[in-house]
Amino acid sequence: MTEMTFADAVREGLAEEMRRDPLVWALGEDLSTAHGGTSANQYLGLIDEFGPKRIVNTPISENTIMGAAVGAAVAGTRPVADLRMADFGMCAVDELVNQAAKIRYMFGGQARVPLVVRQAIGMRKGGAAQHSQSTEAWYVHTPGLVVVAPGTPADGRGLLKSAIRADDPVVYMEHKDLWVSKGDVPDDEGLVPIGVAKTLRQGTDLTIVSWSKMAQLSNDAAEALAKDGASVEVIDLRTLWPWDKAAVYASIKKTGRLLVAQEAVQVGGFAAEIMADVTENCAGDLKTHARRIGAPRMPVPYAEPMENEYRVTTERVIAKARETLDA
Amino acid sequence: MNQTTARENKPAHIFELYQTMCLIRAFEEKAEIAFDDGFINGSIHQYIGQEAVGTGVCQNLRASDYILSNHRGHGHSIAKGANPEAMMKELMGRVGGTSGAKGGSMHIADFSVGMLGANGVLADGLTMGVGAAQAITLKGEDNIVAVFVGDGTTNRGPFYEALNWAMVYELPILFVCENNTYASSTLTRSVTAGEGPVARAKAFGMPASDVDGNDIVAVDELAADLIARVRSGGGPHFLHARTYRVKGHISRDKLLYRRDGETSENWENEPLGRCAGWLAENGFDESELRTAHSAAYARIDAAVESAKAAPFPDAALAYVDVQDFGPPEPWTKEGGAS
Repeated sequence: MTEMTFADAVREGLAEEMRRDPLVWALGEDLSTAHGGTSANQYLGLIDEFGPKRIVNTPISENTIMGAAVGAAVAGTRPVADLRMADFGMCAVDELVNQAAKIRYMFGGQARVPLVVRQAIGMRKGGAAQHSQSTEAWYVHTPGLVVVAPGTPADGRGLLKSAIRADDPVVYMEHKDLWVSKGDVPDDEGLVPIGVAKTLRQGTDLTIVSWSKMAQLSNDAAEALAKDGASVEVIDLRTLWPWDKAAVYASIKKTGRLLVAQEAVQVGGFAAEIMADVTENCAGDLKTHARRIGAPRMPVPYAEPMENEYRVTTERVIAKARETLDA
Repeated sequence: MNQTTARENKPAHIFELYQTMCLIRAFEEKAEIAFDDGFINGSIHQYIGQEAVGTGVCQNLRASDYILSNHRGHGHSIAKGANPEAMMKELMGRVGGTSGAKGGSMHIADFSVGMLGANGVLADGLTMGVGAAQAITLKGEDNIVAVFVGDGTTNRGPFYEALNWAMVYELPILFVCENNTYASSTLTRSVTAGEGPVARAKAFGMPASDVDGNDIVAVDELAADLIARVRSGGGPHFLHARTYRVKGHISRDKLLYRRDGETSENWENEPLGRCAGWLAENGFDESELRTAHSAAYARIDAAVESAKAAPFPDAALAYVDVQDFGPPEPWTKEGGAS
């Protein structure tokens, strides 16, 4: 194990895949400039090792970053397209949703679209309305796409590697706040399989299901609740499509209570899908109806007091967990 | 693919192109009849009147070169070497269709001949063409990409992104703008500022050429030259081909937006008649041309009959080829799928 930041671990994972397979390459804005990536050095130094044909520093042209990745994927390479933030990813929804997600299907399996598109999600301090959104549910709703949202450096590296090796187009959503977070990363290949959740903490009274940065907040909430004598199990889904239903069902069977925590706007979010599914499939195991917590349905505000009012905090997760435990 | 004959015997080479154009024309006319008879789901966008552009460009490409098409993709496909029999089955949604009957007319594609797909969303072929060219560069191949767009698409943003990108990375792409006068049912010039597609391409420093797109001899000569230049590392090139969409946007289009006589005036200039005229002046007698024309129609008639006789795919195949991870679950007796 080696301790490293999320951004460093993911960069290592990309470099390892690029060394393994000469058809893996990356494209996006600022990838080969002095700071090597948007704001967290996610690509620092890769230009020196791999050169400008494989670390392609692009113009601000989201349609073409995404479209070129699709074209290059069907033409036999494995591109990793970086769209910086999910907010900018919206500029390229057409190429992702109308092309990447559908080409294999509408051409009857003549081609695969083995690409990864990195889109950073989540709030940082002061990001305001257009640099803070969590849009994972948009892509979970789109047939043809795989969606991953890792929450630790090891998962960030391991899931990127699995995403690059997958023949499906994978939307890789990394939380901007996680880039600087540290954790142990295995010294071996460290592949993390797509579609497999990780139980962060065992418990018997309540299951909290979450992903990305919110999984860590949920774990913090569980720790606090343990001091009150509550035994809370925390599941980090890691992959949102396909999500690990078996792990969630098994946990509910044990605890009988479910809370789904997400940073994204609650209405129409991915928590709603999990709750609906569990309602259909685990009703007999639930001692009380499942609950969820997510952001209010409004843009992310700027000034700190309003920003904090908007946030899904550990305290709010604790309160919702207590409500679920007491029901 | 016909470059050798082009050098050795130009009339014989043009005759081969004439045969391809006849095949496209026959395909489009017979597809319309099949559509009117209820054999085709959805709609069809016909290429009638524009055959010389796709034929002149694609017949100068190698099988390993890529093309990206738009919603009007039947002609490009046939010219690139796709099998018209499998294409007709695709249009009729039958087993044996080029895309397993999953895509139909608007998503016609044949990856085995480098035809990377027609497209229901305009301008996406441009950005994907850029990516295909990046792949060629990365792999160190000497293939090229030809991207077909219409005049209407020059008003979409990705057009500019793609042209800029292709110049910056000196990619092996021939952009072919088929100016057929109409953007759906709107006259393109009525919604377009400036001097047109060639001026727009030149604004990026991209070399651009203009050709009478209904003159197969001219298109063929120019395309051969431009493709050789692009292939030898000359960077992207823009080819503007002036033509006319004889039919409507789709086959059902009643052409209410055209002035009286407009279609018939333009029909006088259609490319097959002009090609036949050139061939007659260059040693082919009328019976040879008639025979070629009839052979194309006979082949497409047989393709239509063969498609009508082919079975529809099993409905369960609808679930196939969505994705490896998390594929769809079929409906259950209780209802509900995920």
